[in-house]
Amino acid sequence: MSTVAVYVEQRSGIIKRPTFEALTAARSLSERVVALSIGACDAEMLGAYGATEVVVVEHPLLREYSSQAVAVALAQYLRSSDIRTLLVGGTAQGKELAPRIAVLVEAGYMPDCIELSSDGNAIVAVRPLYAGKVRAAVRPLTDRVVVALRPNMFTARTTESAAIPSVSTFSPTIEDRDRRVVLKEIIRNEGKLDVLEADIVVSGGRGMKGPEHFVLIEQLASALGGAVGASRAVVDAGWRPHSEQVGQTGKTVSPNLYIACGISGAVQHLAGMSSSKVIAAINKDKDAPIFKVADYGIVGDVFEVIPKLIEKIKAIKQAATS
Amino acid sequence: MNILVCISYVPDTAAKISTIADGSALQLDGVKYILNPYDEFAIEEALRQREKHGGTVVALTVGSESAKEILRTALAMGADRAAIVPSSSLDSFGVAVNIAAYARTMNADLVLMGRQSIDHDSFQMASTVAALLDLPSISVVSKLDISDSTVRAERDIEGGKEILEATLPIVISVQKGINEPRYPKLPDIMKAKSKPIEVVEIQTAPPRVEMFQFSVPQLKRLGKIFGDSDEEIAEFVRLLHEEAKVI
Repeated sequence: MSTVAVYVEQRSGIIKRPTFEALTAARSLSERVVALSIGACDAEMLGAYGATEVVVVEHPLLREYSSQAVAVALAQYLRSSDIRTLLVGGTAQGKELAPRIAVLVEAGYMPDCIELSSDGNAIVAVRPLYAGKVRAAVRPLTDRVVVALRPNMFTARTTESAAIPSVSTFSPTIEDRDRRVVLKEIIRNEGKLDVLEADIVVSGGRGMKGPEHFVLIEQLASALGGAVGASRAVVDAGWRPHSEQVGQTGKTVSPNLYIACGISGAVQHLAGMSSSKVIAAINKDKDAPIFKVADYGIVGDVFEVIPKLIEKIKAIKQAATS
Repeated sequence: MNILVCISYVPDTAAKISTIADGSALQLDGVKYILNPYDEFAIEEALRQREKHGGTVVALTVGSESAKEILRTALAMGADRAAIVPSSSLDSFGVAVNIAAYARTMNADLVLMGRQSIDHDSFQMASTVAALLDLPSISVVSKLDISDSTVRAERDIEGGKEILEATLPIVISVQKGINEPRYPKLPDIMKAKSKPIEVVEIQTAPPRVEMFQFSVPQLKRLGKIFGDSDEEIAEFVRLLHEEAKVI
């Protein structure tokens, strides 16, 4: 199909992984992949993942991030080009930005896509609905389309045929009124990996019996280099912060490995983690619904099983490094 | 301050959703509908902003006749007025067009909504409505301070928070944790039952996206379940390491 553009999300010069996932997906759709970066970027790295061209969008009013101004700038670029398809990583930033661009270029917006293909000229995607209880095939009814990809559903792969992409500059027209919202500051949760960004998530539920026992979840997550997650029940009980909640009214995660400890697997929880690549569960109730969606499971007491798991995982990690 | 709070009527989180036999449509018969959980925070935030700044809170929904139920909830919680766009066939863009049109008519300074509707989970409504109105927006807000026409908000992102500054008028979608929604009192619930609900003329908008095939995903997994002996735990770890290659 015709050219596909990809929005480059970067923070402090670091390009976010969902951008590479989108580039890889774009490569499967088109020979010509244009990466759109606000300000300078590592063009060579974008090329390694499949960008054939890089467009650096430059304007003094874009130095402080504003979703509004970035949307205006990217929409101007898209309107000035023959590009009909824009892919965006479905991150916090991407999900806020993409619908705005779609309105400005009169495109159909397809959020949270987990599969993409092209049927001749038009894009067809699959997306979950109702927290993953059903899936829908979607297609745009408009000439242009903006697609947001659920993170970690498309594998980012470098391409062997990568050439250094050509780099050009685009200067949009931006006014002060285009930046009536501006990002002022980012506060990082220091030393804490987020469930949305981690390759491994270890979650605890009511089976942990109390907030004091989450130290076990933290130790297991730390042994694996993963993030700590929690079920709604324990967040509602105040044992863990909402930022760790996985499920329909929390975060939807798709890590490489999800380990559910003492979580029975209510449908609302499954909604938030069922697109994980590998699911493991530890629960003392052999009939817990979580085992029906698990690849690997242990029926047993979390308080006895987790310490043994940590020990064995540490042994493997040690063997790998020695 | 003119505050518009947009709410939606969605299947209960525990509802079983499936498709009709040929996958051409969803099977939603017998499903129980509720006020979208995130919209409770939006209603509460609207009421709190009105308490601080004065003004009017209007609750709006786009949906079928039965969706009036959630407007009654909003009225019982304290909204001044309620309105419905009586359509259940618009796509997300069409819903946004109707919300934007209403916001324009009432000259809204602040448009609030939940961060997502738990039916389509698109997280798109705040940005779409704002773009249609040529206004700024902030999504997934967990803290909101408005003084004069300056907006300061915190929003949740991966691994932290962003602090943003903006100006009114603005569209904001809110996150759990921004407030503790109040429970309506019984007399207010009774009073809300007889309050009028404005029926708004539908703005037609051609759909921009089509969903054409539905399926129920196979959640079937390997299902290798072990006991808790030392040997079995060792095998579990070995499989994660050597077979699944995830640790």
